[in-house]
Amino acid sequence: MIINGKCIELNGETSITSMLNSLKLSHDKVVVEVNMDIIPRDQYDIKFLSEDDTVEVISFVGGG
Amino acid sequence: MKIYINEKENLLEAGLTAFQVRDRNKKDADVVVLNGFIITTDVVLKEDDRITLIKKGEVPKREDLEALLVARHTPGVHEKVKKAVVGIAGLGGLGSNVAISLARLGIGKMVLMDYDVVEPSNLNRQQYFIKHIGMPKTEALKALLKEINPFVEVITINEYITEENIDSCFKEAEIVVEAFDNPVSKALLVNTMLQKYPDKYIVAASGMAGYSSSNEIQTKRVTNKFFLVGDSVSEARIGNGLMAPRVAIAANHEANKVLQIILNEID
Repeated sequence: MIINGKCIELNGETSITSMLNSLKLSHDKVVVEVNMDIIPRDQYDIKFLSEDDTVEVISFVGGG
Repeated sequence: MKIYINEKENLLEAGLTAFQVRDRNKKDADVVVLNGFIITTDVVLKEDDRITLIKKGEVPKREDLEALLVARHTPGVHEKVKKAVVGIAGLGGLGSNVAISLARLGIGKMVLMDYDVVEPSNLNRQQYFIKHIGMPKTEALKALLKEINPFVEVITINEYITEENIDSCFKEAEIVVEAFDNPVSKALLVNTMLQKYPDKYIVAASGMAGYSSSNEIQTKRVTNKFFLVGDSVSEARIGNGLMAPRVAIAANHEANKVLQIILNEID
């Protein structure tokens, strides 16, 4: 699947939570968009990604 | 022809020039602004031209003040921003700078939210003064904005943001500016806004620490309602500080995006 413009290979059935874990991103510092839809946080465990999906993950850094 | 003199409509005979209008209305004006630009040579006026007459050193009457404050705006901008309501979540380096730029624009109404007080280390990037140290940021910023453009309505909320109060705070705002320091709060606000208020715009920021190239700070459109400003990587952490130039650049990316949204010219 494509994540932030890069082709990434992830094994088996990947939920958003496991995708974030693979990329070492904190679930509470991100906004996740799959195929142009923003995914609510309460669906990170139950929304599964497929190889045709295009994913954008905004990972916020501190400072402001 | 219809000519606006200090924002007031006047019906004048065709063929008049800017300096003739000056001589009739305020002969001692030494600054003549025509359609947002100071002119030094005379120009023949056309229908709907906007002239502002200013005498340097003179404090204008309140009834003229609002028009004079925005004389250098691109024509048509002020009447649109005056109808806008914008929320700013966080009044630190980002928020205080955004608030000041929006006040200078003459935004109609701002809802400002922060729980914190001004302390000395804030002054390296936040728009507060020495005299504000110890004051709640909401109070200090409201006082500052009144001195920049008293025609801007300012509502303040001196609270820490939670999932519960986000709703009531920004109910009225059409556009919300995320101006927090903490990345968890940033993500919480953006996710909540996108989910619960899909008709509102959210302009957020991530990555502005240090002093690397200013050109790295950008505005990206994530969705048609969510815009993200910053370089996405420069995290404030031990050894990487937050300082006025880059923080203010990010803040003004946010402010300009707010302006574009209001004017319906989003790129």
